[in-house]
Amino acid sequence: MSAPLLSVEDLRVSFRTEEGVLQAVDGLSLELAAGEILAIVGESGCGKSVTAMSLMGLTRGANTKIEGRVKLGERDLVGASESELLGVRGAEIAMIFQNPMTSLDPVYRVGEQIAEQIRAHEDVSAEAARERSIELLGRVGIPHAESRVDAYPHEFSGGMRQRVMIAMALSCSPRVLIADEPTTALDVTIQAQILERVMELRREENAGVILITHDLGVVAEVADRVAVMYAGRIVEQGTLDQIFYDPGHPYTWGLLGSVTRLDRDRAGALPSIAGAPPSLIAPPQGCHFRPRCPHARGRCEQVPPLEQRDPKAAGHLDRCWLDLEAKRSLRQVEGGIGLAPAAEAQA
Amino acid sequence: MLRFAVRRLISAVLVLFAVSVLTFLIFNVIPAGDPAVRMAGKVPTKPQVEAIREEWGFDDPIYVQYGTMMKKLFTGDTVSYFTQLNVVDEIIKGAPRTFALAIGAAVLSLLFGVILGVYGARHAGQWSDRAITLLAVLGLSLPVFWLGALMNHYLGFELGIFPNGGYVEFGESPTGWFWHLMLPWIALSFLFVGFYSRVLRSDILETENEDFVRTARAKGLTEKQVMNRHVLRNSLVPIITLWGLDFGFILGGGAILTEAVFNLQGVGQYAAESIEQLDQPVIMAVTLFGAFFIVLLNAVVDIVYAALDPRIRLEDARAP
Repeated sequence: MSAPLLSVEDLRVSFRTEEGVLQAVDGLSLELAAGEILAIVGESGCGKSVTAMSLMGLTRGANTKIEGRVKLGERDLVGASESELLGVRGAEIAMIFQNPMTSLDPVYRVGEQIAEQIRAHEDVSAEAARERSIELLGRVGIPHAESRVDAYPHEFSGGMRQRVMIAMALSCSPRVLIADEPTTALDVTIQAQILERVMELRREENAGVILITHDLGVVAEVADRVAVMYAGRIVEQGTLDQIFYDPGHPYTWGLLGSVTRLDRDRAGALPSIAGAPPSLIAPPQGCHFRPRCPHARGRCEQVPPLEQRDPKAAGHLDRCWLDLEAKRSLRQVEGGIGLAPAAEAQA
Repeated sequence: MLRFAVRRLISAVLVLFAVSVLTFLIFNVIPAGDPAVRMAGKVPTKPQVEAIREEWGFDDPIYVQYGTMMKKLFTGDTVSYFTQLNVVDEIIKGAPRTFALAIGAAVLSLLFGVILGVYGARHAGQWSDRAITLLAVLGLSLPVFWLGALMNHYLGFELGIFPNGGYVEFGESPTGWFWHLMLPWIALSFLFVGFYSRVLRSDILETENEDFVRTARAKGLTEKQVMNRHVLRNSLVPIITLWGLDFGFILGGGAILTEAVFNLQGVGQYAAESIEQLDQPVIMAVTLFGAFFIVLLNAVVDIVYAALDPRIRLEDARAP
């Protein structure tokens, strides 16, 4: 792989809250190549969105501490001034958000909102920006773009609004696109169309895409590589096949085991991971997954390093002390990959 | 838009009709409401009262009396029972004063309400924000007759910085006009400044957390652009709405106390005096004057609201 488009080294983001310091992102490193779709997976509150926002400096504030490095090409964005970041946001790194219903300003026409972004970065006339907006709306599959450009957000459905968000994100041909749960709020049929647009963007612009989601179905559909996040840390990362067919971290097993499947017996309870994610203000010492992990042992009180465990699997890293053989046998539950219930694991 | 205007016009006429009937009827139920007795002087004789009653038509059936009253109001012939002065002329004389007071106070309220509201939101939690909050709460709790009287006494009478009440025509002396209205404007707008700044401050803080503001930041807009184009643009909608309604309220009688305290001789003061004397024709006229502006400003606010927020449509949902 050539020099990465975006590389994150030991990113730490913490917020000062009334209850104490909340360590939302705790030493996160990852790389993104041009034309690649990297999925960041994890449950709500694990730090996915904070990571995404922090890449563009959107979490900056009086009570936020951001450390580490985010390098876009040769430039470091963590240390960059606010005015430098203004040139990056929307132009080099663009973002699509989770809730298209509320992510557009209700009082402006959609065309105006797209044009606003173009004109924030390029010295073009209002007419030229409008022409570009129409063209972009057409590209993301909005019919009658010439007339719909003058519609207000409330005149669009959720899926259409997400297309507008994508058109906006595309407007300045960004090198990196961050899609923060872009399909969570949408119907399944619309989901596929939106994902198709994201894939097209990757093809046409050779942009790197960071796809944040908790939907493993979406991941399987589009991702090249996957990073699994738990309580502010990446616990496992690798190619799509490595994560889906040879997962090394018990949390990943739990996630894969929790996927509801139509071909399973309906009699039993839906599989889930027992317990709840830890508080990020006072996380457990050592491995953050330890309190919920049926395979935890004494050693887990020390933080396992994110390392390659299988010498043959390049790029497949995980954060679990278990050895490879133990992992491969422990994750087998009822004919599939999953996290054994605590009682069974002890026996 | 046309449908809306027509519908609004019809309802306005109905409201004004109802107001006029109710105001008129009140005179027939309140004690000592018989105008003939009061017009006849301190020690009226029965024949005198009867004569007045006949002359003014007070012995007619009530609906005839109402008809006569309304007819006179609309032809501009109605006169005060006590001063015999033409009521419409008096209102026309007082209206510029009331308008000057209301418009000036409205401008001040909006201007300072917005400035303090934005400042408070930007410095939320700091001492300057708390100071503004305190000031706003003071403004909300100080009654205008008390505040106005204090200002008039200390700044006008004692220190002599401002004139001690009264009014000067603009045409006579623009600076004098301005100077005379200064204290009334401040006294009247104090309440609204407090109110608007509180509402705006909390609305801005709420809007700042909206997803579309995050989108605006992610677009690469400067903090100022985000604030002006997206946060304020949305947060000002409720303020403008309140402002329009309050303006109608001030014109429709909300300035009575201020006019009286500063002796401005506007429509409000005229109304106050006529109520003291139970001067029915005057009360009818000023009540309709006030009600007209309240109804008018309500309709204007609806139109402006729809213009400011594209999600609001003036037609009802059934309209094509």
